Amino acid sequence: MAILKCRDLVKSYGRKTALRDVNFAIEPGRIVGLLGPNGSGKTTLIKIATGLLTATSGSIKIDDMSPGKETKAIVSYLPEATYLNDWMKVSQLVNFFDDFYADFDREKANEMLRNLNIDDKESLKSLSKGTKEKVQLILVMARNAKLYLLDEPIGGVDPASRDYILNTIIKNYNPEASVVISTHLISDIEQVLDDVVFLKDGQIVLSTTVDDLRETHGMSVDGYFREVFKC
Amino acid sequence: MSWEFSPDKPIYLQLQEQVKLRIVSGKYLPGEKLASVRDLSIEAAVNPNTMQRALAELERDGLVYTERTSGRFVTNDTEVISKMKNDIAIELVDVFLSKMNEIGYSKSEAADIVRNSKEVESTDGNS
Repeated sequence: MAILKCRDLVKSYGRKTALRDVNFAIEPGRIVGLLGPNGSGKTTLIKIATGLLTATSGSIKIDDMSPGKETKAIVSYLPEATYLNDWMKVSQLVNFFDDFYADFDREKANEMLRNLNIDDKESLKSLSKGTKEKVQLILVMARNAKLYLLDEPIGGVDPASRDYILNTIIKNYNPEASVVISTHLISDIEQVLDDVVFLKDGQIVLSTTVDDLRETHGMSVDGYFREVFKC
Repeated sequence: MSWEFSPDKPIYLQLQEQVKLRIVSGKYLPGEKLASVRDLSIEAAVNPNTMQRALAELERDGLVYTERTSGRFVTNDTEVISKMKNDIAIELVDVFLSKMNEIGYSKSEAADIVRNSKEVESTDGNS
């Protein structure tokens, strides 16, 4: 059964339509790239899936449930902007997550923090922007969730950290869980993805596997993206 | 030998080719146990399902086999490996000859050039 399923999903902000008739499903064990230029509806779609926004019409189901308390327990969400209190120490944030989420794996989080040489006695405020992002990603990836929704996880970090993040996603791969990564930095993550969903002006213009796209068009997803969204 | 991917072909095909090269060049020895799909995909920085697909194709080609409980191994059949090596050599020569043809050399002229060229130094310790 699909972990995420959208049916005729529409979201309007006043007169502006952010998503129109979005239909797609994500099966377990897939790593999916949600791709599209700025303003194409990526973040709106993710926020509806997390329950932070409500759809204007149509439906979205997570593990056959509408977004709510039960789905929040199985969805691990990395927002675009930080929402964590920056006066908290990293160790306090680990406690916070451990307290909040039944599926949080404290050991896994501490191991990832050690691997990246992040001192958990530091407060979030004292860390650089890139390190802050890493801490957030670690907290999100240390949950044993069914669905990970990562909104622009590689936007602000340097190439070495980006590799570490992608590595973490591969390492945590679980055939029962799915990962959605929204980004416009496609070439960096292309080889980590199973499927790609292209959004343009709130509509899905293409939904396929990476290797099918390469086979059909003889070019990378990145190259194809540049062609479809040429300005 | 590092894992590299070109943009014009499916990734699973390129993984398949690169594992093949590792087998025919002796980097992976006959009968050797391969790392797990997870570890191989981490090493190559690719999607685990894509790696799985590449290995399944290699299994179909008879280059690797799975032992139900203990994992995946390189074939012990050295004949299959040398045949694969030969196929790769023929492919490389075909590409070379067609390029030489494009710039106006016949097959025998190309062969002369090959014969007179200096020996290439081995790029790794395996050959």
